[in-house]
Amino acid sequence: MSLGSMPPEPIPTNEPSPVGVVIHDAPETASAVASGMLPAGKPRSTFRRGLEVFMENKLAVTGVCIFVFMILFCFVGPHIYVTNQLTVDFAHEELSPSGSHLLGTDANGFDVLGRLMIAGQISLEVGIAAAILATVIGVLWGAIAGYVGGFVDAFMMRIVDAMLSIPTLFLALVVVSMVTPSKPVLILVIALTSWLTTSRLVRGEALSLRTRDYVQAMKVMGGGNTRAVLRHIAPNAVGTIMVNATFQVADAIALIVSLSYLGLGIRPPQQDWGGMLSNGVQYVYDGYWWLIVPAGFLIVIVIAAAIFIGEGLRDAVEVRLQRR
Amino acid sequence: MVRRVLQAVVVLLLVTAITYALLRLIPGNVAVAVMGPTAYRNPLAIAQFDRVYGFNHPWYYQYWLWLDHLAHGNLGYSWKLNQSVASLLSNHLPKTVFLVGVSIILALILAIPIGVVQAVRRNKTIDHFFNGFSTVFYAMPAFLLGILLILVFAIKFPIFPPEGPQGEGVAVLFTNFNALVLPIVSLTLITIALFSRYMRSAVLDNLSEDYVRTAKAKGASERRVLLRHVLRNSLIPIATLLGLLLPAVFAGALITESVFNYPGMGYLFYQSALNQDYPVLLGITVVVAVATVVGSLLADIAYAVLDPRVRYVSR
Repeated sequence: MSLGSMPPEPIPTNEPSPVGVVIHDAPETASAVASGMLPAGKPRSTFRRGLEVFMENKLAVTGVCIFVFMILFCFVGPHIYVTNQLTVDFAHEELSPSGSHLLGTDANGFDVLGRLMIAGQISLEVGIAAAILATVIGVLWGAIAGYVGGFVDAFMMRIVDAMLSIPTLFLALVVVSMVTPSKPVLILVIALTSWLTTSRLVRGEALSLRTRDYVQAMKVMGGGNTRAVLRHIAPNAVGTIMVNATFQVADAIALIVSLSYLGLGIRPPQQDWGGMLSNGVQYVYDGYWWLIVPAGFLIVIVIAAAIFIGEGLRDAVEVRLQRR
Repeated sequence: MVRRVLQAVVVLLLVTAITYALLRLIPGNVAVAVMGPTAYRNPLAIAQFDRVYGFNHPWYYQYWLWLDHLAHGNLGYSWKLNQSVASLLSNHLPKTVFLVGVSIILALILAIPIGVVQAVRRNKTIDHFFNGFSTVFYAMPAFLLGILLILVFAIKFPIFPPEGPQGEGVAVLFTNFNALVLPIVSLTLITIALFSRYMRSAVLDNLSEDYVRTAKAKGASERRVLLRHVLRNSLIPIATLLGLLLPAVFAGALITESVFNYPGMGYLFYQSALNQDYPVLLGITVVVAVATVVGSLLADIAYAVLDPRVRYVSR
């Protein structure tokens, strides 16, 4: 449940020399050739070039389409495909898929397709909100550590190492077992247990950007720390942060559905996809596949879509990085 | 190197501090939790309990006592199961070590060739096929994979039992081999998905190195270059990777064990989370964290030994 799609973290060596963060410089020759071929006059913006790279990546575009479709499916869908999701209807429980119930009904007589939409709202909301919150915490922590440096940096990063050595799922389970889980609490728990990789990444960026020539040049010209951070370091780290945030969404959705599946996430009467699966599994011997397969399918394609988007973004950001 | 070890020690201390902080954050009073809600009527009994178990000391002294206990292998006591955490673990931990160990070994045996083939046949059909394979299993939460395996191989086609081997002791693992298949397959697939894309990119990086061209220019066969040069160099980062991905594999094991009722440490952890059995939860957390820290330290040492270019300079 860690960022499997991210490049491996560089080996920790002595503190102030970040290994690995300089990797981005490697394909400089390629970009020099490419920029040599550009028409003279107004140079194309790095954003445009990034966008072009992203749009060329078919998987990434598919990922965006899936993600947009799923958001429409979950948030607009219930207004079009109106079903009863409030009152239990034992007269129509566990019906197999048919014309009136496209994906059948569950043990309470709720229409499964309609249920998927409402449950998806929770999975997506918690996943996205937790990812954003985790990113904010991670960025602040990493930027402060990287920029202040010295003992503070070493101490802050050792805390990150310590928390990283406890698997996120274990930590989240301990915390969730202590509190009564609700949507905001779960968002907080997931964010507080998954900001660690972001903070490492941002610290690395801050350390490497701080020594860049243009930042040094600006300092020589009399610019202050605030200006360095706001005008140069933050905008240049944004790409990396965005990429990481996308992977965070994938991980956060995986975590919330896992917690709910284990019965320690979203509690009934509310249900997310993980909760639907954990209900469906009770009927696994009855052959009610429609209680398991559709929810499982949605979980996989949403997480895969987030990963594809992240990978596309990463390629696009690397194009930007080649130019700095 | 000394510095790296010192770092690991600091991290370990912080792990215990975080765990202890969690222990303190738990709502409620241990005495009341153990003796039942009526204990509130009898403050003397609570005071007595606190004195016997050391809860009357200030927090830093309690932390010190707890650390002292940890150092002596006393991981705490489960009031709910009326058993020490260490004895619970001695029953459950070997099973998890077995499951995780076998899965990691199988995953490496399969992921390394897959990664090499993918890199060599880059952007060919087989590369896309394995890419799709690893993305699907990476995106699939462990519990879903477990459910699907049960659905297909235990219910639709009843080849394997849907549950892991039950019973006390490690011996049951070897008497009931059929029951091991699905949990191991499940965790192995997840681990392959974690490993193979790293392997692919490691081989890709190495293929473009100068030494590959040199070897080829000296007349080495394609096969020899691949096996003697590229593979050996690509395996080096895998050592570190193992250390880094260990927490993820443990998390996968927790869910896999819960799905298959495989009575390992993850299953115990899950049951303890449901029962709010905090001493067990925190005892296991410490064990897992220590395993991870030590594992990644060993991985880094292995890295330095395997790759003479890496040196941990002490200043």
